[in-house]
Amino acid sequence: MIKAVMMMNTQGKPRLAKFYDFLPVEKQQELIRGVFSVLSSRPENVSNFLEIDSLFGPDSRLVYKHYATLYFVLVFDGSENELAMLDLIQVLVETLDKCFSNVCELDIVFNYSKMHTVLDEIVFGGQVLETRSDEVMKAVEEISKLEAASNSISLVPKSVSGWRGGR
Amino acid sequence: MASSNSLMDSLFQRSLEDLIKGLRLGESTFISRSLEEIRREIKLTDLSTKSVALQKLSYLAALHGVDMTWAAFHAVEVVSSSRFAHKRIGYHAIAQSFSDQTPVMLLITNQLRKDLNSSNEHEVSLALECLARIGTDDLARDLTSEVFTLLGSSKALVRKKAIGVVLRVFDKYPDAVKVCFKRLVENLESSDPQLLSAVVGVFCELTAKDPRSYLPLAPEFYKILVDSRNNWVLIKVLKIFAKLASIEPRLAKKVADPVCEHMRKQNVGKSLLFECIRTVFSSLSNQEVALKLAVVKIREFLMDDDPNLKYLGLHALSIVAPKHLWAVLENKEAVVKAMSDEDPNVKLEALHLLMAMVNEDNVTEISRILMNYALKSDPLFCNEIIGSILVACSRDSYEIIVDFDWYVSLLGEMARVPHCQRGKEIEHQLIDIGTRVKDAKLELVRVSRALLIDPALLGNQFLHPILSAAAWASGEYVEFSKSPYEIAEALLQPRTCLLPDSIRAIYIYSAFKVLVFSLGAYFSSQEPTSSPLAQESTSSGPSMVNGFTYNSISSLVNMIELGLCSLSGTIDVEVQERAKNVLGFIGMIKHEIAEKATSQNSETEAHRAIAFMEDVFSEELGPVSSTAQEKVPLPEGLDLNENLEGLQEICREVLEPMAESDYSSDKVSFSVAKLRIRDQEEASSSLPPPLESSSLLAEHRKRHGLYYLSSQKSDDHNDRDGNDNNTSNEYPPANEISVDSFKPKKKISKPRPVVVKLDEGDEPKRKPDASSSNDESLSRAIQTALMGKGKGKEKEKEKERVKENHEMNVDTENIEQSSRREKKNKKNGERSGKRSSRRQRGKEASVTKPVEVPDLLL
Repeated sequence: MIKAVMMMNTQGKPRLAKFYDFLPVEKQQELIRGVFSVLSSRPENVSNFLEIDSLFGPDSRLVYKHYATLYFVLVFDGSENELAMLDLIQVLVETLDKCFSNVCELDIVFNYSKMHTVLDEIVFGGQVLETRSDEVMKAVEEISKLEAASNSISLVPKSVSGWRGGR
Repeated sequence: MASSNSLMDSLFQRSLEDLIKGLRLGESTFISRSLEEIRREIKLTDLSTKSVALQKLSYLAALHGVDMTWAAFHAVEVVSSSRFAHKRIGYHAIAQSFSDQTPVMLLITNQLRKDLNSSNEHEVSLALECLARIGTDDLARDLTSEVFTLLGSSKALVRKKAIGVVLRVFDKYPDAVKVCFKRLVENLESSDPQLLSAVVGVFCELTAKDPRSYLPLAPEFYKILVDSRNNWVLIKVLKIFAKLASIEPRLAKKVADPVCEHMRKQNVGKSLLFECIRTVFSSLSNQEVALKLAVVKIREFLMDDDPNLKYLGLHALSIVAPKHLWAVLENKEAVVKAMSDEDPNVKLEALHLLMAMVNEDNVTEISRILMNYALKSDPLFCNEIIGSILVACSRDSYEIIVDFDWYVSLLGEMARVPHCQRGKEIEHQLIDIGTRVKDAKLELVRVSRALLIDPALLGNQFLHPILSAAAWASGEYVEFSKSPYEIAEALLQPRTCLLPDSIRAIYIYSAFKVLVFSLGAYFSSQEPTSSPLAQESTSSGPSMVNGFTYNSISSLVNMIELGLCSLSGTIDVEVQERAKNVLGFIGMIKHEIAEKATSQNSETEAHRAIAFMEDVFSEELGPVSSTAQEKVPLPEGLDLNENLEGLQEICREVLEPMAESDYSSDKVSFSVAKLRIRDQEEASSSLPPPLESSSLLAEHRKRHGLYYLSSQKSDDHNDRDGNDNNTSNEYPPANEISVDSFKPKKKISKPRPVVVKLDEGDEPKRKPDASSSNDESLSRAIQTALMGKGKGKEKEKEKERVKENHEMNVDTENIEQSSRREKKNKKNGERSGKRSSRRQRGKEASVTKPVEVPDLLL
């Protein structure tokens, strides 16, 4: 099972954080900070795995990948394969790349909701359900259309959000 | 006014994007101001405004740690909107913030049911995702039938998510197995790789919790293992087999072939290859062909430049190391090379592997290599290294150590590694070796001396425990010391003021022992060499030890007196008390030291007192079983269950320092006891000295945290022994004591130096792994479901079995019988209800094993 997905920038600012087991927000923040402090102390060109039992309990592993200004982090347990998880980060990044054409940190900052849509198609309640980015894209586009349609029938168009939604 | 306010709010509401932009400006009060806005907006009736407010709140909760539990009801409101965009925001907020304790949880059941029945697949999948994240017992129960329907959905998107949600539903509501299990199993034969991946993933999770229940599905898994070409699916199936094969060894033989086949493929993905290797190492290591192949393949990982593969390769080796060390030994060079890798993970794994390879032949060499690494490593890794050497060498009462002189000096070396922070462990081992290994004492004293006389070490607080052990050893085994004067000087050097008081007290006490020993030697010097041990230790010509002249002894006494004078005013009572005790002792005997030079009268008071103190210290300290306390018979009339809370109230002040450190209380009582004894002894000779001596002994032992089993018999023996030794300077040899004096101990002699071992209690007790009872009901449900399923097939297969294998058949018949018996039991159990179910479970656990023998084995 995947326990958590995180994206944070190299300054330690979280850009996306999803925990698949319920945790109080304080605990979530503590874990995000804990993960960042470990990641930021790692030199470049070393392995992408971390034993992280101290933060997430026994049998937890962490895999991360560093792209430009962002860390992509997956925390998982013994029923996942380390290299497969590394591939999964690749799948996620590829999908985002298709979604935003040449994804950068700003895309992720301003498309919080869409990020979740993408992630939810790949990881479902901690289980990996989709690994083909084409299929993910298909679902994400359908969902965007649905959202747009449901917003456009709004009787009183919203000054800001309505306009954006219809974009 | 209110309505116009709300209109303004919804017209000029900040969107999530506005919020993010605002946050990027970095104003400190922005979050709290936004939160105020959100609180206002979320109460409005307009669902669009409400949902945007909720979305903003979710964002702040996830990334800025803002509490959103208060908005639970609003999330329920938003989710009930007919618009998809609102629903999405609502479900997202619910999945993010609801826990089992959320009171409004009950309100979403109907909404979930409605959306699960929706014709829009994305609405269904929102509801499924929500259920998978927050599903409670009630939700799982109420929505089981919807999940069942969706398991048969024709839309792949919905079906795979329905499969995923089953995991949560089974976990929360085991009875759902009766409804959904069949459909779940049917999906194992699906041709859609995504569906297959989902269902295998679910079984992987289920199997990890309770492998035994899923043994009957082994044929289905086996088919997937052979047929599937999807790495994700294969990895999960391998994980399932790793669990199954470890409880059913015959399965290992069957699975080994296809696993080898996957490994032999030219273009196999690294992830799959690694999973194959790991499966072989963890569960199929008895299959020679597979193991050999896996070891060949693991070398590719170790030789790879990719640090990930190198790390995983080492990690996999550490799985196989306990059973098949040769696999590690074959890759020894790679492991040693990895020690100097720049990747801390790689180094750590390499260290674990090196420690796995340690045996009594190479321990010296490996430790030498590691100490070199420790010297040049960063503090963290340096202490990892030292820690693992300590653990490996002390395992099973120092089983792999032959040369204790070497090991003791290694411990001394560790103290001098600049980053060393393992003082506690080293302290423990120094003392432990002192009490266990007689032959190591000489070296122990030598190493201790070197540590004590180095003033630089006193400045490093991590080394204080080591110094405390060194001080104790120097005092306790002072007879091995070449120069007691030097030791006493080191123990009282001015820089000892850097030590914590508890350790300073040990220093003083050790100095006292040195003093008593030296005086004893001085007063009995008419017999030049009374102690064979002392002679042994001073091979360098005529011994200093027994050769105390009047000048040397008085300079020692003066030096100690001078050193302690300044301490008699210390604030810490413990240090002060001990210093005063020693000073008192010195005051008592000082004038007689001079007299001794002229008179030969051995019946002076000082002589008696010194002989008495020597007697006190003469008892050898041995290791004590951690279970020793349990063996002490309970005195009659002592009720251990009596509540002593009232007592705590009364003597809180007395008890508090006790809790602070285990030394202090003992020390106090020692000093008090000693003073009292002296008074009594001088005042009246009616009390027999042996009694006092044994009480002092007890204090002495307590001081070191060592509790012996003093049965009446052993005490008698000690006393007699003590009396015999009163006049001579002889220390009873350690082995004599360990055999006779302490009943529970047993000495195990080996060709190497004798290490006193205890029959039991050397290792901390291990608690048996409590198998989680939470999943029990699920296991039972699954077993029932699978038995129902297998019933029809069983007879056919049995016939086949008869034809194919007679030997096995005997087995299977037993199995069939027991399985029938079990089914019967189960029915009875159900009927008799809850009361007997507990007992029933126990019974089941014992019979289940033979039940699930997969047909595929034959």
